[in-house]
Amino acid sequence: MFGNLIGGIRALFHRNRRNAEINDELESFIEASIDAKMGSGMTREQAVRAARVEAGSAETVRHKVWSAGWESTADSLLQDLRFAIRQLRKNPGFATTAILILTLGIAASVAIFSFVDAALIQPLPYQNPSRLLILFESNSLGPRFHLSYKDYIDWKNQNTVFSSLDTYAPDGFMLQTPTGTQKADGVRVSAGFFRTLGVAPALGRDFRPNEDQPGQPRPTILSYSAWQRRFGGRADVIGQTVVLDGQPNTIIGVLPRDFHFVPAEPADFFTTERADGDCAKIRGCHNSFGVARLKPGVSISAAFADMRTVVAQLERQYPDSNRGRGVFMMPAIDLIVGDVRPILLVLLAGAALLLLIATVNVASLLLVRSESRRREFAVRGAVGASRARLTLLFIAEGVVLASSAGILGTALAFLAMRYATGFIPKDQLATMPYLAELGLNFRVVLFAIIVSVASAALFSIMPALRVSLADLHTDLSSGGRGFAGTVWRRFGSNLVVVELTMAVVLLVSAGLLGKSFYRLLHTDTGLIPDHLATLQVAAESPAYAKDPALIALERQIDARLATLPGVRSVAFTSDLPLGDGDGTKVLSVVGQPHHDGLREGVFRDVSASYFSTLQAQLIRGRLFTEDDDATKARIGVINRQFAKQFFPDQDPIGQQVSSDGDSKERIRIVGIVNDIQEGQLDAAPRSALYVPFTQTPPNDFAVILRTAQDEESLLPIVATAIHGIDPGLATYQPSTMSRRLHDSPSAWLHRSSAWIVGGFAALALLLSVVGLYGVIAYSVSRRTREIGVRMALGAQRSTVYRLILREAGWLTAMGIGAGLLCSLAATTLLRSLLFRVQTWDLSTLAGVALTLAAAALLASFLPARRAASVNPTEALHAE
Amino acid sequence: MTNKSADLVSGTLEMLVLKTLAPEPMHGYGIALRIEQISHGVFRVNPGSLLPALSRMERAGRIKADWRATENNRRARYYQLTELGRRALKDERQQWGRQIAAINRILEA
Repeated sequence: MFGNLIGGIRALFHRNRRNAEINDELESFIEASIDAKMGSGMTREQAVRAARVEAGSAETVRHKVWSAGWESTADSLLQDLRFAIRQLRKNPGFATTAILILTLGIAASVAIFSFVDAALIQPLPYQNPSRLLILFESNSLGPRFHLSYKDYIDWKNQNTVFSSLDTYAPDGFMLQTPTGTQKADGVRVSAGFFRTLGVAPALGRDFRPNEDQPGQPRPTILSYSAWQRRFGGRADVIGQTVVLDGQPNTIIGVLPRDFHFVPAEPADFFTTERADGDCAKIRGCHNSFGVARLKPGVSISAAFADMRTVVAQLERQYPDSNRGRGVFMMPAIDLIVGDVRPILLVLLAGAALLLLIATVNVASLLLVRSESRRREFAVRGAVGASRARLTLLFIAEGVVLASSAGILGTALAFLAMRYATGFIPKDQLATMPYLAELGLNFRVVLFAIIVSVASAALFSIMPALRVSLADLHTDLSSGGRGFAGTVWRRFGSNLVVVELTMAVVLLVSAGLLGKSFYRLLHTDTGLIPDHLATLQVAAESPAYAKDPALIALERQIDARLATLPGVRSVAFTSDLPLGDGDGTKVLSVVGQPHHDGLREGVFRDVSASYFSTLQAQLIRGRLFTEDDDATKARIGVINRQFAKQFFPDQDPIGQQVSSDGDSKERIRIVGIVNDIQEGQLDAAPRSALYVPFTQTPPNDFAVILRTAQDEESLLPIVATAIHGIDPGLATYQPSTMSRRLHDSPSAWLHRSSAWIVGGFAALALLLSVVGLYGVIAYSVSRRTREIGVRMALGAQRSTVYRLILREAGWLTAMGIGAGLLCSLAATTLLRSLLFRVQTWDLSTLAGVALTLAAAALLASFLPARRAASVNPTEALHAE
Repeated sequence: MTNKSADLVSGTLEMLVLKTLAPEPMHGYGIALRIEQISHGVFRVNPGSLLPALSRMERAGRIKADWRATENNRRARYYQLTELGRRALKDERQQWGRQIAAINRILEA
């Protein structure tokens, strides 16, 4: 076997030597034969003649010996390939178009597959991840809320279905560094967290089971990236001390490089949840989530049932804190990739469909070409080329096209992958750590190969079928129009209509998403976002434990920042606008009966300058002044939505509200402002209550500066200025309001979906145009004779143009019409993504229809011109 | 020339060549001559079928070849059975025997 292979390859590469060998052998055979014949009495001349006759033609012998090995088949295949490449190079227009659309099709599916691979195929970095559940406490607002530490302990002790149950809670820590205090991302976990996941540190050790108990020294485990980034990857970090939130923590371990835990990403430091923590002592204080491993053989539904009885028991036992509190659980995999799974699968299916259509389109272009090469094939057939051999010519062409497109497509996909991850905002990327594995691994390459081979197979089969269906002899004699051609024309036309329909749907969707994205970015947020710099400040040191100290600090920062060049005004708030919508409290109006359900509203401590800095509008009443401090009665400003919700037919000014059911602290309303979007861009307006910063100063707050110059360049100066006041102050998340606007999750969602659908739409548009061209060109090539007759009988060129363009126009009109109808249905699926854009947005629909019509006209114009330039004499003669 | 040679039963040429080479190495013409002589001229093997068969068998490792001087002081390629070739000959003979016996039984039934 092996010798056979080697011999064949040697013969292929040293073809001349092999031929000489065969000649030598044949010569020696003949000479031996001559010798023998002379030995039996013939003269030399007679012997030579007889021997030559017996041996037959030397060329035939050589050919037979040569064909005995497999290399002759390989050689003819190579010849076919070389011929195919020559043919394609002679038709650069065709080759470029075919390779381009195949490349795009393959690149799209390979790139999307690589995301599918990274997110869904590569296993999560835990032991037996399918047995892991995430647990939440549910309440009247919804199923996925924090659970309290005391409930957790009871769940852990009373359940019978989990082999272990632990908690995690994403947290931010104030980390002391030589250059000042920094904010670091971290997670508080119960001591068994990593054992439940089945993960062991790559360096050092795991938490010991009792290390979350009071009185124990505080240990911390680093994530791999934190170890690299903050500690230079040095092995001697184990045993070092880091100060987190003012408490010394000993580094005991470093997690493996591939570890990630999406529900708590990004995380640098893992510390233990302390049973003696402020929140842990109160059953009503909810601050963490559960993660559990199912016992072997226990199903999720059985676990759910068991946990429900545990929770019901707790509800009876602690009615004050646990009334209405239930349990919710979901597989960890669903929480981690559940959001992206359907999106990715839909994208992959879409890409596969586009690739299929791209392939059929290339096949249709190949058919157009095969039509013009029918005579060539007929001649080849007539001089003895077998059907198989002719089919091979098509396959060779298919293989050349598919393999070049496969290589180019994979390279393009690789670029797209690298570009795509750069495109995702950093915050968003941190919640998708599995994308770190994105790349050309063997599965992705295998996928690319399978896709290329499949498309090569598909479009080499179709023209080959055409050759075997049509009668070669008829082709040779008359250029007959076979049954197969008609079938193809009908199929091709239907396909073009489908392509156009799809292109319309995708273009409409992309148009709507793009418009919606534009509207989102230009929505009225109640503030003017340009020239606003923002910076988070945390004053966690004991020096700021008392309100007066914090107020003094705020005044100091205000005074310092106001002197910076280009700063127009400085404001403070407990939470920045355009955020995640957190920072809410239950608000109630004094004197109004308690309502069913909760009335959560946005609650903000803001400085007197907050509204003027954001340029928000006061509707009625007054804003805060610097004098509204803790010595005065508490006052507040509400927004328009608050007034609408709580005081539909009353004057809110002078009314009193309380927050979180604390009826002693009454807040008197002094003013109403226009709604400021405190939550996400596309969120509905929510009631908001603003109270003076100087009455209840928070120690973690944000500074907002309205600047006269580029706000971005001011950010480092602001941080330095604040550290100049007290190096112990932590500053973090320097940003600008426009960045918050553009990088907000809803903007990101809109932008990415607009881009993805837009990409697909562009591909679909290209495909439908090429498809239309292919079908019309094929039709023209089939009708050359008819056109020749028409022109010979006096048809004008314009008539021919009309003839061809009518055919194309009919297909285009059907496609666009069907597409508009379908997009009305399809875009209702998009409704939840659309922001202040109707699904039947007329300008988008009209724009798409016009774009497609123009593109279709262009695509059919080329073959129409060819048809019109048919020379009647030649057309009739040639056929 | 005048003797009418029968067509070889298909697939048997390789077996005959193996058998011919069993006693000693031989060159191509020698093989053809030997087959013709032993079959009393019934089988004539021309280079058009012998040389491809030899090439196939050599590729398959059943025979190996080298250039040597002939008894007439010419150069020729001498073929020689390999161990693989010996085994192949044994197998093919057994199979041939079974086939012939079966065919005879059918013809005489």
